[in-house]
Amino acid sequence: MMQAKRRTILRSALAAAAATIPGKNWAQAGASARRPIPSSGEALARVGLGTWITFNVGTDDVLRDQCAAVMRAFFQAGGQMIDSSPMYGSSQQVIGYGLRKLGRPAGLFAADKVWTSSGQRGPTQIEQSRSAWGIPRFDLLQVHNLLAWEEHLRTLFAMKAAGQVRYVGITTSEGRRHDLFEDIMRRQPLDFIQVTYNIVDREVEERILPLAANRGMRVIVNRPFQQGALLRRLSGKRLPAWAAEAGASSWAQFALKFIISHPAVTVAIPATSQVPHVRENVAASAQPLPDSAMRQRMVSYMRDL
Amino acid sequence: MRWWSYSPEDFLLFAPRTYWRLIERHNDALWPAQVLALLAGGAILLCLFRPRPGSSQAVSGVLALAWGWVAWSFLWGSYAAINWAAAYVAPVFVLQALLLVGLGRRLCWAFERSTRGLVGLGLFLYALVLHPFAGRILGRSIRTAEVFGIMPDPTAIATLGLVLMASGRGTALLFVVPVAWCVASWATLHTMGAPDAWVPLLAIGLTVGAQMFRHAVKAF
Repeated sequence: MMQAKRRTILRSALAAAAATIPGKNWAQAGASARRPIPSSGEALARVGLGTWITFNVGTDDVLRDQCAAVMRAFFQAGGQMIDSSPMYGSSQQVIGYGLRKLGRPAGLFAADKVWTSSGQRGPTQIEQSRSAWGIPRFDLLQVHNLLAWEEHLRTLFAMKAAGQVRYVGITTSEGRRHDLFEDIMRRQPLDFIQVTYNIVDREVEERILPLAANRGMRVIVNRPFQQGALLRRLSGKRLPAWAAEAGASSWAQFALKFIISHPAVTVAIPATSQVPHVRENVAASAQPLPDSAMRQRMVSYMRDL
Repeated sequence: MRWWSYSPEDFLLFAPRTYWRLIERHNDALWPAQVLALLAGGAILLCLFRPRPGSSQAVSGVLALAWGWVAWSFLWGSYAAINWAAAYVAPVFVLQALLLVGLGRRLCWAFERSTRGLVGLGLFLYALVLHPFAGRILGRSIRTAEVFGIMPDPTAIATLGLVLMASGRGTALLFVVPVAWCVASWATLHTMGAPDAWVPLLAIGLTVGAQMFRHAVKAF
């Protein structure tokens, strides 16, 4: 078991190292649409579902049903990870509504966060979140934006030891507090980290993604479309013909394939309120994925646009 | 928390469609309370132009009721479902209602022909009569109409106008909460890309301008 764990960590580290070799076409050809979690070997679908803004629809039954339809299409397409936070308004309750309506799909990987400045309030908030989802336990709990991270990590690791959660992580967004983030990554036995990464915001490529691979941590990518700004900027522009070589048939797939083809990235979590969009997003994890030369070409193309 | 690293977009928790549908559903649930609220606004207008004993108490009482109702019905009962910050704003609206009860009844609420009075009357009439149609003019459903005493924006703008027309000690205190709300509302609407985001800012500008003009005339 321990050897298997070491092997997966070593594989991740080698993959990250290979990514830095210029011209080495090593990356994704033949890679699976799922990526294993090193600490358990469990495979995870490469495109998840974020719920920031899109699932915060309050008690509006029409919009709740639309969210449930998005969840249904997500699971039908093979999606697994749904990510939320107590910060996201009514999103947790809306997820719970969808899960009840769908009969809690077996593939669900439930990821949520703890977000309170009081370490003491953490367990109560986590219990409220669990109750809103209507599930027995979360697969992953993360400290949201490093808020009161020391107290919350103590709680989360204790919960993991007690079998109340399977994985523990931390999150940040928009490049905030990366120095502290790295420091925590070096000192804590995290299973997951969550960061902002997209074809325009690539700061995490420098240190955080290699460090995650080196430490055997899985990476969740938030804001893959810059909260929609990236796709709005690209709308009306023609997708280059060579994008088909990477299997991208839309700008959304172009952006997602760039992200998930990074060897350190486990899953991207775009948010959407549209069924066609969630299908398109999950389909982005299908082969082929860009190799390192293609990734470079994508970056150059975006820079010149 | 490093607040300076956040932009208004980071605090917008909902999609514009969700917000406008929330207002539609709120209006549907309260109908025909909107008619009563408009009649109450008309009664305030009457008190301003034909003051009688008890008029000031009536104006401050109706305003206090409007702030308290918006706090309980909209902020706490509806808006907090998609914006957790609304639960913290609701007590601030209650504070404004209490201020109106405590200070407002001792003020004289009457229209007087001056720059301050005209700006105040203009703001109040806009909030009461025109603001409900602002969304319709911009292409939104009439069901999203924001009515004085039902929704925060026209209530705050109407209050700015009325306080401009009020005289007596403590009027300045009554500006604080409506101005703060107008700033928050501008930030929300602007982040959602609503073309009428400038309306609450303009209301603040006119209020500040009228106040400064008054002080300048006094100094002269």
